[in-house]
Amino acid sequence: MKANDVILQTATKVVFFIIFLFSVHIFFAGHFAPGGGFVGGLLTTAAIVLLLLAFDLKTVQESLPFNFMIVVAIGLLLALGTAAGSILFDVPFFTHAFDDFNLPLFGVSSLHTAMIFDAGVYLVVVGSTITMIQAIGGDS
Amino acid sequence: MEFVLLIFLPLLAAVFVPILFKKLKSIHTGWFVLLVPVVLFIYYLSFLKMTMNGNVAISEIPWIPSLDISFVSYIDGLSLLFSLLITGIGALVVLYSIFYLDKNREKLNNFYVYLLMFMTAMLGIVQSDHVITLYLFWELTSISSFLLIGYWYTRDRSRFGALKSMLITIFGGLMMLGGFVLLSIMGDTYSIREMITNSAAIFEHEYFILALVLVLLGAFTKSAQFPFYIWLPDAMEAPTPVSAYLHSATMVKAGLYLVARFTPVFAASEVWIWLVTGIGLLTLFWGSFFAVKQTDLKAILAFSTVSQLGLIMSLLGASAVSYHVEGENAALFKFAAFAAIFHLLNHAMFKGSLFMVAGIVDHQTGTRDIRKLGGLMSIMPISFTVAFIGSMSMAGLPPFGGFLSKELFFTSMIALPKFELFNFATWGMVFPILAWVASVFTFVYSFYFVFKTFTGKKKTELLPIQPKEASLGMLISPILLATVVVVIFFIPNLIGKAFVSPAVVATQSDLFTHPDEVGVHIKAWHGPLATELLMTLGVIGIGLLLFLTMARWQKLYDIQPQYFSLNALYDSLLTFGEVGMNRLSRFYMTGLIRTYLIYMFSFIVLITTATLFIQDAFVVDMDSFAKINAYGVMTAIILILAVCMVLFAKTRLGAIIALGAVGYSVALFFVIFKAPDLALTQLVIETVSVALFLLAFHHLPEVKRHGETRKFRLGNFIIAAAVGIMITLVALSAHSQKLIPESISQYYKDTVFTEAAGGNIVNVILVDYRGFDTLFEIGVLAIAGIGVYSMIRLRLSRKENSDESK
Repeated sequence: MKANDVILQTATKVVFFIIFLFSVHIFFAGHFAPGGGFVGGLLTTAAIVLLLLAFDLKTVQESLPFNFMIVVAIGLLLALGTAAGSILFDVPFFTHAFDDFNLPLFGVSSLHTAMIFDAGVYLVVVGSTITMIQAIGGDS
Repeated sequence: MEFVLLIFLPLLAAVFVPILFKKLKSIHTGWFVLLVPVVLFIYYLSFLKMTMNGNVAISEIPWIPSLDISFVSYIDGLSLLFSLLITGIGALVVLYSIFYLDKNREKLNNFYVYLLMFMTAMLGIVQSDHVITLYLFWELTSISSFLLIGYWYTRDRSRFGALKSMLITIFGGLMMLGGFVLLSIMGDTYSIREMITNSAAIFEHEYFILALVLVLLGAFTKSAQFPFYIWLPDAMEAPTPVSAYLHSATMVKAGLYLVARFTPVFAASEVWIWLVTGIGLLTLFWGSFFAVKQTDLKAILAFSTVSQLGLIMSLLGASAVSYHVEGENAALFKFAAFAAIFHLLNHAMFKGSLFMVAGIVDHQTGTRDIRKLGGLMSIMPISFTVAFIGSMSMAGLPPFGGFLSKELFFTSMIALPKFELFNFATWGMVFPILAWVASVFTFVYSFYFVFKTFTGKKKTELLPIQPKEASLGMLISPILLATVVVVIFFIPNLIGKAFVSPAVVATQSDLFTHPDEVGVHIKAWHGPLATELLMTLGVIGIGLLLFLTMARWQKLYDIQPQYFSLNALYDSLLTFGEVGMNRLSRFYMTGLIRTYLIYMFSFIVLITTATLFIQDAFVVDMDSFAKINAYGVMTAIILILAVCMVLFAKTRLGAIIALGAVGYSVALFFVIFKAPDLALTQLVIETVSVALFLLAFHHLPEVKRHGETRKFRLGNFIIAAAVGIMITLVALSAHSQKLIPESISQYYKDTVFTEAAGGNIVNVILVDYRGFDTLFEIGVLAIAGIGVYSMIRLRLSRKENSDESK
């Protein structure tokens, strides 16, 4: 990438957080409005890809020092664990539970185990797409 | 307690072995392991009284109840005898291994884990009444013996031997599974006991012979019968305790067990008798003949095991004759069953001790090559005594146990021609003759083993280690076994009553219901003119002659060329498997992605359109089509234009941007038709993939147009058009099919809030209603990610490595 992309780089620093927050919003909103783990994960990926375009692979790798393969593994474990966890309560595999809770600050919130599963999906999507992008983009 | 669980005790103990090995370095792990077989042996001894009274014990735990599969432990005389052998010899072998394997140099944790795994597998085989679990344990012995034979996995020969034994025994096991499935269909049960009850119905069935041959293949490969014996000599690469255990006492006897156990099911058939007896005798002869050719101590023992297994197999075959004759003749064949089981017991004892002695010689002198050994008698007197007792028992001489069983063997083989069914009257004479010739060679190799090693000139200068007598610990096990060999000779009838007769009842269940009815009285002396005695005298005379003149006639073995042997056949089969199949796959795996895409797309088109037309599933229902508005028309035009741009783009950058335009217009379609979720996903995916293309742009080759011939482009055109048309057809008919009267979306609308408390149908479907789909989808995604990573990163790092090496 060109070294003197000052405008792109400065804008990216702001826009990245906007996209990222939006992706988080979309992820949480998923159960009632358009969104969910899959789209949320992709949006996060898009935000990181923007960073990659504005800066370069190495800078991004230094500022986001995760091994994205491990993110994939955690995501898979979360998803599988949610599905398998139901067995512990003597209900069929993949049975989800939900209820309303009165939480401080948030007020009455509806909490779902499906949410944890969705978080797994989110992590796998982010992890594997970034792994691929880093692998392909880093081939130089 | 359900005693079937005890089968798994060794496996449970195996869990603790690595911990003990790591934490308690100062104590040899074998001491802990030793407890397992000893405890089991004592426990199984408590069943002895029960089986002597002709009773059986059954214990069952369900495993997969929906498929009617359970672990059933069925203890009668036969399985008890085997269980005692497995645990008893197992205990001695573990004891021996404590002194044989050095605790500092060897990976004892691996060794004992495999050994315990094997013990469970063997106990499972002999006690299972359920054919499916029997098969399970059967293959577990193949796998654990593979691990044991390949224990010194850094040696090429070990790996070769392990692979060979596994390929052959697993091949047989799979065949056997087929036989079991057929049997369970014919007998309408998985239980061996019930199969025996239904044996008449099974005999009538058209698949009977097929099932018989398949089950026998399993037994023959496991018991190293001709022509499958070739794995056994190569399996000698295992550590000697393993050889003593697997290849004398247990695994190879699993095939014998199987034949004995299924005799009541198959005995009605003439094919069974001919095959089992014939192959058994052929193996006996073949193995004994080639044993004399070997120069490695363990190889001699391997061939001798092959031949002894053949002997027992032939006796088991002869015992099935008792199902066809009545009265006095039947009594003759009860000898055969008795002799088979008796010899099996004898063989486990003497062969176990001989293997241990071979190990001792190897351990104390550093070589097993018989040409370098000699004159060890004065240096290792105790080992010599043990080897002498074992060998003489193997040769069939008094006063050792082997003599008695060999006499019984002769009795049964002489009886066969008297049997006037199935052409035995004419061809039957072959059996006693073959048996006698094989016995001569058995005599020769027994002498060869013991006297070439322990007598003659001392050649200590040829030995890598200065020989001395082994430590007492290493000698205890073989001494105990050798003592049993002698004891058996003096109290054969007591042993027969306690161990052999109860087992015979299982093999000849139509003749006997109670062990006391067997009533075989073993005699060492048949009278001065008895055929058995004359045969034995002949064996001794000719055998001695052959042994003394060995150097002269051993050249005979060179006549057979190396390339014309079963081993060569096995090798060429393997080579064919590797080279031939490689060539075949290179023929269609060109390495070009476009070739693979052609395969995939043509098959998709073929299969899908064929199904559409065969099922007559193509329906177009114009009425249900949605109205198209101006936005739709405009988006469609943009879409078509973008697709054309992709086709005719001159540069790759242009193609990528046009492809992005196609994706965005599809997203627009989703917006127009009110699918915000899909639209959102599609938009983000398009963005990310275009960005990805741009990132990887640098590495993509230039678009080449001139290299493609007209013919190739025509082919591409046809495939592309076919895929397009097929997808359109499928989409149209999928839309028009109304299999359910109400729309599915209505169902989702109604239930999504009550069932999953969600407002977004798409998301609820993804995470809840079709959670499995999503789970596997992200699994695929993860695999794809790891795949891309490993393909690119590993290739890169390999390139770097090779750069450094330059």
